[in-house]
Amino acid sequence: MGRKLLLEKAHVENIRLYEVYRREGGYRSVEKALKSMSPDQVTEEVKKSGLRGRGGAGFPTGMKWSFLAKPEGVPRYLVVNADESEPGTFKDRYLMEFIPHLLIEGMITSSYALGSNRSYIYIRGEYAWIVDILEQAIAEAKNNGWLGKNILGTGFDLEIYVQRGAGAYICGEETALLESLEGKRGNPRIKPPFPAVKGLWDCPTVVNNVETIAAVVPIVNEGGDEYAKIGVGKSTGTKLISACGNISKPGVYEIDMTISVEEFIYSDEYCGGIANGKKLKACIPGGSSVPILPANLLLKTAKGETRYMNYESLADGGFATGSMMGSGGFIVMDDSQCVVKHTYTLARFYRHESCGQCSPCREGTGWMEKILWKLETGKGQLSDIDLLWDIQRKIEGNTICPLGDAAAWPVAAAIRHFRDEFEWHVTNPEDAVRRNYGIGRYADPIAVPVTA
Amino acid sequence: MAEEKKLFKVTIDNITIDVEPGTTILHAARAIGGDVTPPAMCYYSKLKGSGGKCRTCLVEVAAGSAADPRPMPKLVASCRTTVMDGMVVKNITSERVQDARAGVVEFLLLNHPLDCPICDQAGECHLQDLSYEHGKEGTRYEFKRRTFEKEDIGPYIQLHMTRCILCYRCTYVADQLTDQRVHGVLDRGDHAEISTYISKAIDNDFSGNMIDVCPVGALTDKTFRFKNRVWFTKPVEAHRDCDKCCGKVTLWQRGDEVLRVTARKDEWGEVQSYEGQPGWICNTCRFDKKKTSDWVIEGPANVSRHSVISQGHYTGLKKPREIMPEVMGGRAPKLLMDIHDVSDVNSVDISALPGPATSETFKKKEL
Repeated sequence: MGRKLLLEKAHVENIRLYEVYRREGGYRSVEKALKSMSPDQVTEEVKKSGLRGRGGAGFPTGMKWSFLAKPEGVPRYLVVNADESEPGTFKDRYLMEFIPHLLIEGMITSSYALGSNRSYIYIRGEYAWIVDILEQAIAEAKNNGWLGKNILGTGFDLEIYVQRGAGAYICGEETALLESLEGKRGNPRIKPPFPAVKGLWDCPTVVNNVETIAAVVPIVNEGGDEYAKIGVGKSTGTKLISACGNISKPGVYEIDMTISVEEFIYSDEYCGGIANGKKLKACIPGGSSVPILPANLLLKTAKGETRYMNYESLADGGFATGSMMGSGGFIVMDDSQCVVKHTYTLARFYRHESCGQCSPCREGTGWMEKILWKLETGKGQLSDIDLLWDIQRKIEGNTICPLGDAAAWPVAAAIRHFRDEFEWHVTNPEDAVRRNYGIGRYADPIAVPVTA
Repeated sequence: MAEEKKLFKVTIDNITIDVEPGTTILHAARAIGGDVTPPAMCYYSKLKGSGGKCRTCLVEVAAGSAADPRPMPKLVASCRTTVMDGMVVKNITSERVQDARAGVVEFLLLNHPLDCPICDQAGECHLQDLSYEHGKEGTRYEFKRRTFEKEDIGPYIQLHMTRCILCYRCTYVADQLTDQRVHGVLDRGDHAEISTYISKAIDNDFSGNMIDVCPVGALTDKTFRFKNRVWFTKPVEAHRDCDKCCGKVTLWQRGDEVLRVTARKDEWGEVQSYEGQPGWICNTCRFDKKKTSDWVIEGPANVSRHSVISQGHYTGLKKPREIMPEVMGGRAPKLLMDIHDVSDVNSVDISALPGPATSETFKKKEL
């Protein structure tokens, strides 16, 4: 069983409350950082830990922190991105619901490292009840002297505010989030300038995912080097995976990135195998935006090696035969699922959530949705598949923010790996509306070319 | 002692130019002029914060700078990317750019109604120009186009939301030129629309400038609506003393009748600047002064040779710079046929003919 750092205490009764959290060793990292370390030392520990952003892109957090511009007399901000709206991802919700003080603790330590005296949690509007949980935690922390003026007598001041979004997926994009936080329409900004230079109210800002900030707590407690020993290669530490779909035990799991995908899906400790005795057909390993993989490519890489649950292994093979770790939204599909329908559902989501600011995404997402609906209902033509490919190609990389890419990738991957199924929808339109394509050859072992 | 300003050397489509630091790629390309200038549908140099949205001005950066000559992985929006010293940019010489731009044009036209025959903007529409230059024939879209409920936003401005390409320029006008903004973008994605909150009439002295900045026929002049096609009207520069604005305008006349008043536009379709100040005009000048006696006439306005408005053979036509030989490193482009070898098509004065023109009229006269 892998080590747990974030969820170790998540099921201690009433850990949500300050007294219990403190009794279980909470807020040690704040004491350690504020009393015995300089802000730069904290950043250095985070750098040493090799912690990578848990929001999806996997950018090294320490590096992001060190990019923060530090002009004299200008406030700096830490903004925690709790706008967790990616379909399939619900790890931050779990963390905030069960152990909110971990986030607050991580925020205090991180704000100290970054020199932020006002930090924000931007939380998605649908998580209405979590706002109450967080605000209660903030009030408790403040009553006990962890927030406010002159924390622990060190002269460091910090206030934390929770801001609710209004239910837009796009506000999870960091610059759209900042616009929304400023009270404007949540349109992504054009980069550069990056938030590290001009972020919230044109001041240097770091935007981090909830899980990233929470991970700062064990890093400071145990030291960056200790943290880096967990995991493998550049995938250090533990990662929360929110597993859902056709598995026996959906839920949030903390893994240490050394287990294989096969073990994660089939072992009783984690997902417990495919539900109802069905077979694994496909999986999206990192939230709805990342490429979908058929069963054979999911468990083994194109070279025939075992695929592991970490950043490098999941991305092995690039987009041709690999996927991404993403935000850890692990969506498993069994042989009764239809990839065309599924791709349509995602396209509809992205069409609905596109902000409409730049042309390729605004028009292209709607177009893809309409074509996919045509295919799904058995009215498509073979040329539609190539048209879809061309549309996604023209969206990807040509938009202001990554939502365009996120809308294009699932379609691209579905066509790349499941073209048979798309074609079957065209050639067997009557069957396509009555039944599913089934597992096809998607679980067959891949022939690995033998090299002499 | 004044420090000598260091200029950045930037190469766009094989033409090198020195520009000041902080210049955007688009402005550097405009300084060169001609075909190497990327089209811009949403960027408007006089409106702060505009640009980056339409993606028609995407260019390829083949070398980031002299210090770091790595290419940029993605195409960049030239209107919002500033140049670096030694930057190498590819616009019309890059196939990636041409491909992406054709894609963007297709996206923009996807839900555009193509009602040009009844649109007042036709003839001076940037989307028409863009489609002719960079678009493909025909559409691959086979679904119903998006429509919106009609909305009345006051006595002067006609809003046709179906034609809108969401460039956001008008919202910047509302933000930066008028006080008490009531105009913005509602909703999101492909159902986003520009509107007033909620269906409020726009009532402001400078609101009419939205019409001038609109690249398409989404915002048109109600006082000119359906009165005439722009290519039948004659643009004349005129001015009057106005206590609210610069008073420098273009009158669009048919005979002695003033059908429409607009601000003067420069060669990029933006309002002209006077002493660094954009020449926005007020609604009094635009909508209420529709008599020649209101104005001091200066003379015919300059019209680009490529514009359909120039078919009236007005004086003051401007011939654009011939740029292809420079882009191609001194070689002249290979012509499949020079029309002037076989026809006198552009040199016949049709109005001087005694009768109707026939194909015989244009046959090349052997010298």
